[in-house]
Amino acid sequence: MLCQECQTRQAALHFTKIINGKKAEMHLCDECARNKGEQIPGSNSYSIHELLSGLLNVEQVSGNNGFKTQETEEPKQPVCRGCGLTYERFAKTGRFGCAQCYQAFETKLDPILKRVHSGNYRHSGKIPKRTGGNIKVQREMEQLREDLRSRVEQEEFEEAARLRDYIRELEKKMHSGEEDA
Amino acid sequence: MSLQRFISEAISPWMKNEPGPDSDIVLSTRIRLARNMEQYPFPVFASQETAEAVLHHTAREFSSIRMQAGSSLERLNMDDFTLNEKRVLVEKHLISPYLAERSQFGAVMLSPDESVSIMLNEEDHIRMQSLFRGFQLSEGLDFSNKLDDWTEEKITYAFDEKRGYLTSCPTNVGTGMRASVMMHLPALVMTRQLNRILPAIHQLGLVVRGIYGEGSEAQGNLFQISNQMTLGKSEEDIVEDLQGVVTQIIRQERMARDALMRSSRTYMEDKVFRSFGILKNSRIMESKEATERLSDVRLGIDLDLIKGISGNILNELMILTQSGFLQQYAKKELRADERDMRRASLIRERMELEKESGE
Ligand SMILES: [Zn+2]
Ligand SMILES: [Zn+2]
Repeated sequence: MLCQECQTRQAALHFTKIINGKKAEMHLCDECARNKGEQIPGSNSYSIHELLSGLLNVEQVSGNNGFKTQETEEPKQPVCRGCGLTYERFAKTGRFGCAQCYQAFETKLDPILKRVHSGNYRHSGKIPKRTGGNIKVQREMEQLREDLRSRVEQEEFEEAARLRDYIRELEKKMHSGEEDA
Repeated sequence: MSLQRFISEAISPWMKNEPGPDSDIVLSTRIRLARNMEQYPFPVFASQETAEAVLHHTAREFSSIRMQAGSSLERLNMDDFTLNEKRVLVEKHLISPYLAERSQFGAVMLSPDESVSIMLNEEDHIRMQSLFRGFQLSEGLDFSNKLDDWTEEKITYAFDEKRGYLTSCPTNVGTGMRASVMMHLPALVMTRQLNRILPAIHQLGLVVRGIYGEGSEAQGNLFQISNQMTLGKSEEDIVEDLQGVVTQIIRQERMARDALMRSSRTYMEDKVFRSFGILKNSRIMESKEATERLSDVRLGIDLDLIKGISGNILNELMILTQSGFLQQYAKKELRADERDMRRASLIRERMELEKESGE
């Protein structure tokens, strides 16, 4: 997609902005985004974070039926109990205040993260070794159950039976682990 | 202080290691991990007391880590430095502008060769970066994972099953990893092929930035290619995607260099030696021109047109001719016109040094 501003370079940033109370899709190349940077409040140097704050505002306004702007409305909004950060402040700054903010704003996060991370909202990378033990086993189990389903579908029953036994064994191990803890 | 001494102290020891794979095109590889601790608010909105506690906690843990040959990390507190000293650390890519200018109780822990730097109280509690010469993404990831595992033994991270490693900014959440490769791409710029390649790179979730200068007007033909996305892909997949794209670009750059040498050898020689001559003789040199001329000379070295000069000259002089370093060498604040004169003379002297040691 070409940049809507210069129509020559490829658009690298895609976001939604509120202009006069209406949503507007923006598709800009790096350079035009930087040139427009001064129009984004609170920034003198352009960065993805500032563009992001425009994006976060959308979520909030659409929660208010899209009629009123932030200034005129005092919306009932989530507040993080860990650090006291309001959703409005998060939306303005594009920054979380603490780990618990992720829980406090959970219902609003999926669309935001999807836009920032090309449609992804769920972690599938590394898991901490010391504290993430069970998560790792659970994810492995999901994978094994998936395998088991496809083996059954393909009528590879011998392999399916072997997988089933292995899963049962893992389940047993997990439960005994919980009792220890 | 003699120039030789100044350079040897100014340039990070890791930059003098063996050049590393594909170093004719890839200058360096960097992996950065963002991590936070569960029990403290993140630095951006944190109180002074919290920031101080975070610094104490993290610095205490990292002080027990042992790097190569049992060496430990050196801790530099931002509050102990002058503005210009912090600028120099930014120019060496050891700390971020944010840590230098906006952190409270910010500090960096450096390994003796400066290839590992751990920023404390940056936007996140912990930002671990490791630098490698040449194209070494998988080695970099291995090393970073070890450093991360060591840290996780001591510090309980803010981690969520669904969102991964929790970060201050939503753009870093998930793996918290930014892998990047610094590339010198003069032939792709000269043949105008880079603009054709860039859109495809964007579509793969990677970003390309000029290292000096802005946007597509990157100075010195130096580009940083890194992952934009940190959520939804594993670290290995992110690195593999980046690896694939960079490998492609390396191949294209080599082909473009070959083609230029075959079709326009005299033009190339003229460009390279003209810049070489200007660097050796100028009395006033603006930073933009310096960067471009240095890029030409580096290309000349890689094409074997200029002999007896180390390819390091580009990496070194790129850093040494920035304003923070020039002022440190001069030991005073310099006006812009003074910097341009100092820059020209530092480059000339550096070229002389090379000649002496080459003969
Ligand atoms: Zn544009
Ligand atoms: Zn919070």
